[in-house]
Amino acid sequence: MATETVLGVFAHVDTTVRALEELRARGYHDLTVYTPLPVHEIEEVLERDRPVSRVRLFTLFGGLTGIASAFLLTIWSSLVWGQVTGGKYLQLVPGGIIGSSLPPFFIIAFELMVLFGGLATVIGMVVLGRLPRWRPSPAYDRRFTNDRFGVAVHCAPERAASVHELLRAAGAEEVKSR
Amino acid sequence: MSDGRTTASPTFADVNRDVLRTLEPPGNLYFAWMCFVALLLAGFFAAWAGQVWWGMGMAGKRVPQMWAMYITTFVFWIGIGHAGTLISAILYLFRARWRTSIYRGAEAMTIFAVMTAGLFPLIHAGRMWFAYFLLPYPNQRFLWPNFRSPLVWDVFAISTYLSISTVFFIVGLVPDIAALRDASTGWRRRIFSMLALGWEGSDTQWRHYRRAYGLLASLATPLVLSVHSVVSWDFAMALVPGWHSTLFAPFFVDGAIFSGFAMVLVLMLPMRHFFHLHAYIQEKHLDAMGKLILVTGLVLTYFYLCEIFTSLYSGEHIEKASLFWKVTATYAWALWTMYFCNCIAPLVLFWKRARTSPVVLYVVSILVLIGMWFERFNIIVPSLGHDFYPYTWGIYYPSPTDTMIVIGSFSFFFLLFLGFIKLMPSLSIVEVKETIPPPMRDRAHGH
Repeated sequence: MATETVLGVFAHVDTTVRALEELRARGYHDLTVYTPLPVHEIEEVLERDRPVSRVRLFTLFGGLTGIASAFLLTIWSSLVWGQVTGGKYLQLVPGGIIGSSLPPFFIIAFELMVLFGGLATVIGMVVLGRLPRWRPSPAYDRRFTNDRFGVAVHCAPERAASVHELLRAAGAEEVKSR
Repeated sequence: MSDGRTTASPTFADVNRDVLRTLEPPGNLYFAWMCFVALLLAGFFAAWAGQVWWGMGMAGKRVPQMWAMYITTFVFWIGIGHAGTLISAILYLFRARWRTSIYRGAEAMTIFAVMTAGLFPLIHAGRMWFAYFLLPYPNQRFLWPNFRSPLVWDVFAISTYLSISTVFFIVGLVPDIAALRDASTGWRRRIFSMLALGWEGSDTQWRHYRRAYGLLASLATPLVLSVHSVVSWDFAMALVPGWHSTLFAPFFVDGAIFSGFAMVLVLMLPMRHFFHLHAYIQEKHLDAMGKLILVTGLVLTYFYLCEIFTSLYSGEHIEKASLFWKVTATYAWALWTMYFCNCIAPLVLFWKRARTSPVVLYVVSILVLIGMWFERFNIIVPSLGHDFYPYTWGIYYPSPTDTMIVIGSFSFFFLLFLGFIKLMPSLSIVEVKETIPPPMRDRAHGH
């Protein structure tokens, strides 16, 4: 189905919030909101029916990978190039790993947890935020990184006129179809 | 902590304009500084080349003083690197709003300081083109990787710290570079377009960005505290008198934050003056930083007292002899300089007028930096020079080569920082906007 994008440009937070509330009340859920900074009031309206960002799963996965790889690296290295300390060295026996020196490996595990967790978090942000994008999306306007707020409504062409009216009534400075 | 809202209340557009202004082509003063720094850097490379050509004897270090100035300066720079991530991670989680105007510069400082520190193990190792000999994977050289050694922990801690600080810095920059992209034209616009990754500030992007930033801050918080703890264990795990102490981890972390904040002030005060950023870096920001320096300085004084007390109370005569030697003999001047700079000089910050006076803050910060460099010197040199066995005692005298390398490392750091302030927004556009009341048409904004 063909859709049309109607963009409203706002100068104020309260008018943007009003427009969003109105749009949601009338059943428009396919919205993109552009803001120069994260605004609490706008997030409150948008986040109501959205699940929490999945970035945290990336962090969890990265952190666990870090811990696991740190223990693999340290234990494997100590098994292959064992250093006898106090008459003991790390060895693999049928019951598991025995030896005297596991605690220092926790330091390596901590560092790699942070490293892998941090990198995975950024990868998560990039993937979920659909970055990088080499071409600006059609509704984007340069003013949205300065001091204007944008509400882009993706709707059926026959409803575009009523969306225009709604955005204007809410206080948009400028309304246009893209 | 004080609320960071600006009283004169610049608008969102003002913030964009003022930050973009800092990226205008620089004047003669900037180039004069660049030339001075570049000259010093040339001296640094000449000294390093001399050391490579004629050998490690050019540096003043001799047995038993094999760590001497290089490791002193290495620890110093790692310590400086603490303030940035402390401001961007810990103060972020505490929602200390005064951090917003200084955090970008402090983060850049962190990365450059850790990069400068990273030079020293290479310089210290001598033939740095064989540095790969230290890598045990693949292990053709039959090394025994020892994960019980604090030096190995240090490698992991510092490389993680550098990576995560860099990632943090870049993530924070993305929305700001998008703002630069939208305000610029020509080749600058093309470069910024690439660096901004196509950031548009859509609700989806902000949603994941905010969550990712919070998670990064939570990961970086224990990291900040762990890095200098691990560096301190390089010393504390050894049996050398004056090093072998459980006090070292918090002692080093506190000292690192203390010196890091001093360096932030040394960089921010001229920036505030030359870029006319008084509307963003206000007196209350200076006041907050002054308080932090004062508190960390007092805690450091407490640690110095603890160090003396544990040594005297230890019943260990070698420990006591080492302390007595430090306080009274060859390097006593360095110890007393340190006590003056780190314990006495910051006390002036008890007065609010001193905390809000850029001149006083600048002088105190410089003294703190000198004091903190000497702290690392006092830990390394006198301790190694006077350990268990009189046969191994020895005095270290700096040589022109290692002195030039230490001074030159500052030029390396300042060159990177001077480059940064003209290429990237040194104030966070997004975070400064967050401290300004958002534009409302119909009602007063009531947070």
